[in-house]
Amino acid sequence: MKTSAIDKKTLYAYLEEIKDPEVPVLSIIDLGIVRDIRMNDDDELEITITSTYTGCPAMDMITASIRTELATLGFKKIKVIQVHSPAWTTDWMSAGGKRKLQEYGIAPPDKRFSTPKDGVECPLCHSSNTRLVSEFGSTACKAWYQCNDCKEPFDYFKCH
Amino acid sequence: METTYSNNKFSKVPPQDGFRVAYILHLADNSLILGQRNAEWCGHGPVLEQDIAITNISLDLIGQARSFYQYAAQLINQHSPSPGGGRGEASEDSLAYLRTEREFKNCLLAEQPNGDWAQTMLRQFLYSTYQYYLYRFLQTNSDTTIAGIAEKSLKEVSYHLRWSSEWVIRLGDGTEESHKRMLRAVDELWSYTGELFIPAPYEKELSIDTAFLKDDWAKKVNTVFDEAALTVPSNVFMQEGGKTGTHTEHLGYILSDLQYLQRAYPGCDW
Repeated sequence: MKTSAIDKKTLYAYLEEIKDPEVPVLSIIDLGIVRDIRMNDDDELEITITSTYTGCPAMDMITASIRTELATLGFKKIKVIQVHSPAWTTDWMSAGGKRKLQEYGIAPPDKRFSTPKDGVECPLCHSSNTRLVSEFGSTACKAWYQCNDCKEPFDYFKCH
Repeated sequence: METTYSNNKFSKVPPQDGFRVAYILHLADNSLILGQRNAEWCGHGPVLEQDIAITNISLDLIGQARSFYQYAAQLINQHSPSPGGGRGEASEDSLAYLRTEREFKNCLLAEQPNGDWAQTMLRQFLYSTYQYYLYRFLQTNSDTTIAGIAEKSLKEVSYHLRWSSEWVIRLGDGTEESHKRMLRAVDELWSYTGELFIPAPYEKELSIDTAFLKDDWAKKVNTVFDEAALTVPSNVFMQEGGKTGTHTEHLGYILSDLQYLQRAYPGCDW
């Protein structure tokens, strides 16, 4: 496929199909980890991504998924570059991504709780009568909460 | 097995880059060894939440180590590309799994045993404080890869620092038993803190004079110790040598565990 014939919007739409393996409702676009898409000479497609956390074990899988997805669409030369700077922040997460997180049962990042403390809104019953169980959760990007009203435990996607 | 990556084999690397590689390996080794130590808690934490917390910190540290090893490998290969490829080329894995004890440049603090929870928390706090000020400084380094990794990691380190500070305070100013254990941890670890502020030859060459980080470090440690009802020791004999490869006996045991598989089954993959 001639990459030059395709606009970036279409390419972003393709990448929208690739989900975070740990949080499958979020695409890599929702997460804000795709930093740039470039069409180089010689029909090479160059995708620049950044990790959420340095130790995030999903990065290798995401890189592989990008390659597979684009190869399936007919791109022959695909280059995936990982950059560290500027450092990823939850500010890059899309509004749609935050909504999807909540619907999935994960409280989205909230500036009022940039340092995790009691009171993050429960994604299930929407009560703010919640407590912080641990500043660390099931993955590097989450903290662990419990709702005092509906009693359900839930994850909070930390501000980063 | 050929030890392609030992210091003396950097002979093809120009001196300035040789120091740079040594420094990057020092940063990587600090993170890997402390990450490995913390990972020893996996499945043994005092409660599930804290087991998850300490292993999450371990994951962040190992992630930082990977970034630095990848960069070191890239620099090494630029100067001495191996025609055979494969095993002869430096990689993040070869640097972590195939270097010997004397080639590791981590500070002595990182390799000290976990002891009890108090000792692990104090080690994390003393190191995270140092790492926080160091990475804040490195963010503006002229080497943009080092600067980028530091900038990225700083967010994680800030989190580790806050969390470990809270534990030092909780245990230091806790029960009679927890206070006693924290005193023992201070006694156990303090002599390994001096080395952090004595620049190794490669740090001097790169004008990374860690001595100037000491004031900020001491101020933070004093503040937390005050709140934790702990006293900062004075006139303690300080151990050194880790940054130049002379380690305490503990590193050998860590490496024999960490490197066992690749040593026993070279190139093993799954």
